[in-house]
Amino acid sequence: MPSSVMPTSRRADGHPSSAAVSTVGLRKSYGDKTVLDGIDLHIPAGTVFALLGPNGAGKTTAVKILSTLITADGGQALVAGHDIATSPDGVRAAIGVTGQFSAVDGLITGEENMLLMADLHHLSKREGRRVTAELLERFDLVDAAKKPAQSYSGGMKRRLDIAMTLVGNPRIIFLDEPTTGLDPRSRHNMWQIIRELVSDGVTVFLTTQYLDEADELADRIAVLNDGKIAAEGTAEELKRLVPGGHVRLRFADPAAYQSAASALGEVTRDDEALALHIPSDGSQRELRSILDWLDSAGIEADELTVHTPDLDDVFFALTGSTNQPNQPKEAVR
Amino acid sequence: MSALSLAVRDSSTMLRRNLLHARRYPSMTLNLLLTPVMLLLLFAYIFGDVMSAGIGNGGADRSEYLAYLVPGILMLTIGGTTIGSAVSVATDMTEGIIARFRTMAIHRGAVLIGHVVGSVLQCVMSVVLVGAVAVAIGFRATNATVLEWILAVGLLALVSLALTWIAVGMGLSSPNAEAASNNALPLMVLPLLSSAFVPVDAMPGWFQPIAEYQPFTPAIETLRGLLLGSEIGHNGWLAVVWCVGLAVLGYAWSKSLFNRDPK
Repeated sequence: MPSSVMPTSRRADGHPSSAAVSTVGLRKSYGDKTVLDGIDLHIPAGTVFALLGPNGAGKTTAVKILSTLITADGGQALVAGHDIATSPDGVRAAIGVTGQFSAVDGLITGEENMLLMADLHHLSKREGRRVTAELLERFDLVDAAKKPAQSYSGGMKRRLDIAMTLVGNPRIIFLDEPTTGLDPRSRHNMWQIIRELVSDGVTVFLTTQYLDEADELADRIAVLNDGKIAAEGTAEELKRLVPGGHVRLRFADPAAYQSAASALGEVTRDDEALALHIPSDGSQRELRSILDWLDSAGIEADELTVHTPDLDDVFFALTGSTNQPNQPKEAVR
Repeated sequence: MSALSLAVRDSSTMLRRNLLHARRYPSMTLNLLLTPVMLLLLFAYIFGDVMSAGIGNGGADRSEYLAYLVPGILMLTIGGTTIGSAVSVATDMTEGIIARFRTMAIHRGAVLIGHVVGSVLQCVMSVVLVGAVAVAIGFRATNATVLEWILAVGLLALVSLALTWIAVGMGLSSPNAEAASNNALPLMVLPLLSSAFVPVDAMPGWFQPIAEYQPFTPAIETLRGLLLGSEIGHNGWLAVVWCVGLAVLGYAWSKSLFNRDPK
C-alpha cells in the first residue's frame, strides 16, 4: 500500500513492500510512570526508520520491546511478520540488535566474540570462520581481532557490536543510538555502515537524539515525546510542520536593538540575544524587500542571517523545549 | 533442529564461553582455593594436636584428625568455589552481551546451564587440587573400595550441582558482584558451622541443631563414611535429599529470575 508520501520498498526480491515492523497502541509503564503511551508504527521493509526524541522519551524502551528484550503492557506489534508476544523466537530469528550499551563480551577477543555469535547462529565451523574473517575485515577490526574487546576504543567496540549483529544475516536491524558517544569521524563511519546495510535490503530501525543523523539516514522519522508519537513523516514533511524561515538580525548595541525593534514593529524579539526575527521564505525577492525596508528605516544590524526551517525547529516545536532561542514567543512556555 | 539438540548445542557454546573466561582470568578461581587450603594447613598443623585430643578416645594423633578434617575441607572447597559462581553470574548479568543473548533465537536456559556446568567442572577441579594438597600432607583413604570412590566423586558432584544452582540464583538476584559475594557468603559459612572441624556431639547443646539441620553435615558425614569407613547411617539419604531439594529449588528460583524482564 505505498502512498505518495511513503517510500516504496527497495527489496531486491521484487515482492511488494510489506511492513517489517508494525505496532498498534504499544504501551509500557514502570510503576506510575508511563513510558510508552500507545505507539502506532508502520515501517515498510527495506527502509530506514528513525525514532527521534529527547533523553527519556521512551526510545530505548520501544527498541527493547520490539526486540523481545522486555514485554509490553498493552498493544500489538508484528516484527518480520511475527507477533512479539506469541512468537518471540520467530522475531529473534529475523532481527539483529545493537543496543545503546555495548553488547560485546569484554573478556574475550573480538574474534572470539564473532565466533561465539557464529556458534549461536549454528553456523558450521568453516562457515563461522569465513563470516568472522569477512566481517572483521569489513569493519576494519583485523588488527585488533586477537585483543580482548574491553581494550577497544568506543568506536571499535561499536563496530564490533554491529559486526556481531550481522553474523546471522538479520533482515531487520535495531540500532539504539548507534552514534552516541562517538567522535565525528567514527560517527561518519557509522553512517556509512548504516547506508551499506540498507543497500543490502535490510530494514533499519534506529533511535537517535541527533536531528542531522535522522535527516541524513532515515526515509521516515517519528518524533517521540513523553511516550507518544508527536509527529511522523519524511524529513521534508516534518519541516513543513513548523512555520517558515526567517531573517535574523543581531545587534551588538542594546540601544540600536531597542530602536530597531520599535521601528520594525511586527517582528519576533529575542531580548537576551539582542536579535530580531523577520518572517521570510528565504527567496531573493523577499530578502531584497527586507533589505530595502531596513535601509529606509535606517537600521544597520551587526549580523544578518537567513534561517530556513530544519529538523531542529521541528524537534523543539514538537518536544516543547524551553531553551530554544529561535522559538517564536507564543510557543515558549 | 530439535529442542533438545538446540538446548545442548547452545548450552555447550555458553559453557565454552565460561571456560574461556575462567582460563583467561584464573585469579578468581585460584583466590577461592586459598581459603580451604589455608584452613586445611591451619587446622592440621597449628590446631592439629589440640583438635586431635578432642576426637576419638583422647589418644588421637594428628593424622587421625587430618583424616577427620579433609572431607569437611573438600565440601568447604565446593562452597567457596560456588561463591565465585554467584559473583561471575552477577557480573555477567551486568554485561550488555546478556541482553544480546536474550534477543537471539537460542535456547532460553543456555546462558544459565553454561554457567552451572562450568561451575560444577570448576568445583571438581578445585576439589582435586585441594585433595592433592591433603594427600601431600599425609591424608590417605586407602581402605575405600572402587565403588566407594565412585560414590564419593558422585556425591561431590551432586553437592556442587546443588550449591551451584543456589549460587546462580544468588548471583541473579544481586545487583552487582560485591552484593553477590556477600549474598553467597552462607555457602562458605555453613560448612564452618557444620561437622567439618569437630563432631556435632562435641558442640554446645544449643548449637547442635544448627550444625545438624543443614546440608553440609550429612554430606560431610557421608563423604567420611565413603572414604574412611565411618558409619554413614541416615546421613546418606539425607545428603541426597538435601542436594536434590536445593538443586530443584535453585533451578526454579534462577529460572524465574532470569525470565523476568531485565531492567
